[in-house]
Amino acid sequence: MLTKRIIPCLDIKDGRTVKGVNFVNIRDAGDPVELASAYARQGADELVFLDISATNEKRKTLAALVKDIARHINIPFTVGGGISSVDDVGPLLEAGADKVSINSSAVRRPELLDELANAFGTQCIVLAIDARKINNQWVVHTHGGKTSTDKKLFSWAKEGQERGAGEILFTSMDHDGTKSGFAIDPLEKLHNFLSIPVIASGGAGVMEHFTQAFVLGKADAALAASIFHFGEIAIPDLKKYLLNQGIITR
Amino acid sequence: MIVIVDYGVGNLSSIQNMLKKAGVDSVISANREVLSGANKLILPGVGAFDTCAEKLQQSGLRELLNEKALVRKTPVLGVCVGMQLLTEGSEEGKLPGLGWIKGNIVRFRRESMADGLKIPHMGWTDVSLAKPSRLFEGMHEEPRFYFVHSYHASLRNQDDVLLKATYGYEFAAALEHENIMGVQFHPEKSHKFGLKLLANFANL
Repeated sequence: MLTKRIIPCLDIKDGRTVKGVNFVNIRDAGDPVELASAYARQGADELVFLDISATNEKRKTLAALVKDIARHINIPFTVGGGISSVDDVGPLLEAGADKVSINSSAVRRPELLDELANAFGTQCIVLAIDARKINNQWVVHTHGGKTSTDKKLFSWAKEGQERGAGEILFTSMDHDGTKSGFAIDPLEKLHNFLSIPVIASGGAGVMEHFTQAFVLGKADAALAASIFHFGEIAIPDLKKYLLNQGIITR
Repeated sequence: MIVIVDYGVGNLSSIQNMLKKAGVDSVISANREVLSGANKLILPGVGAFDTCAEKLQQSGLRELLNEKALVRKTPVLGVCVGMQLLTEGSEEGKLPGLGWIKGNIVRFRRESMADGLKIPHMGWTDVSLAKPSRLFEGMHEEPRFYFVHSYHASLRNQDDVLLKATYGYEFAAALEHENIMGVQFHPEKSHKFGLKLLANFANL
């Protein structure tokens, strides 16, 4: 029996977590390692670290941070942000990351997915897709949602799968930050359309939203940031709640 | 000393970190003398089967590993593709495995699986023991491990199956033949269960 996964996401800038984090029982909420350890202790199934540092220069510190994270947590984690070549990925995996998440650079040059899958295997390639519904179509956006593209969610996800993505991380920009629930319809459609796992992202506000993502949206995993960071939902409570709903987590 | 075989693939430091958490010293090495002196070996591996098999070939360590495992009976633990390498070969590639355990690696048979199950099998899945093993001593709770794979072992001798897991259908999640052991999942990423398993391996 495969369990559904709960994945907290941490935004990292210059080696520190950003977004005000209000997390009980840790000394330094800005320290990604400490926050990650707290989540791992609470029962998070995986973690995602998104590096939003502005320049490549600053990004070089990322491998050092990844090494530090890997030393302290013993659950799988994904690292993303600004990765655009095979050369970017090698050092991150060597430092201890289990997967890398690719977004804008794959839209710009889809062959990157083939190259990464050939070099490292599909199991460590997560294709992150940010999309927003425009005129009844889910339009893919890049650069943190600032730039719209001519790609559409479903065909791009399918192409990503064929090129070698092992997993799709779908964020609905329409739902992100609203706390009104995940985008259920496109999630379910992705599930039916793809043969690789789908991670739901954007919109988590209450525990019931996770049930909807798993049961109605058929998501394999659900990712959230602020509700975990601000302690609005504690992971052990969420897992207990899901179990009562008949959804098995770890 | 436990030696994690560094033949150029995989996430070696994660395994070493987990051993450290279990209070066990280990070294990551490709040095023949170090490997020769090891009282236990861990064979890691991630990615494609042929990539790992080729690197293993290039490392020039194959014969030494054969001697350690088959003649000197040093306990060996293969992890993920490292486990797959213990068998004779894989549908995923053309190169031979080490052939220490009879059988090979096959892709998940989608036609035998319920609709909607995804490949790769990715996430936490519970396992059941197919035979008693010291690797699982003292694991009181129902253990769950972290899996990421599209291929699994299909062994010729069912006595070599150590753990079973179900994903679409039942498959061999771990192998054990005398001193040779392998796990398809990632103990180094499997929290307290992985910690216990690695500690047990260290104490064999």
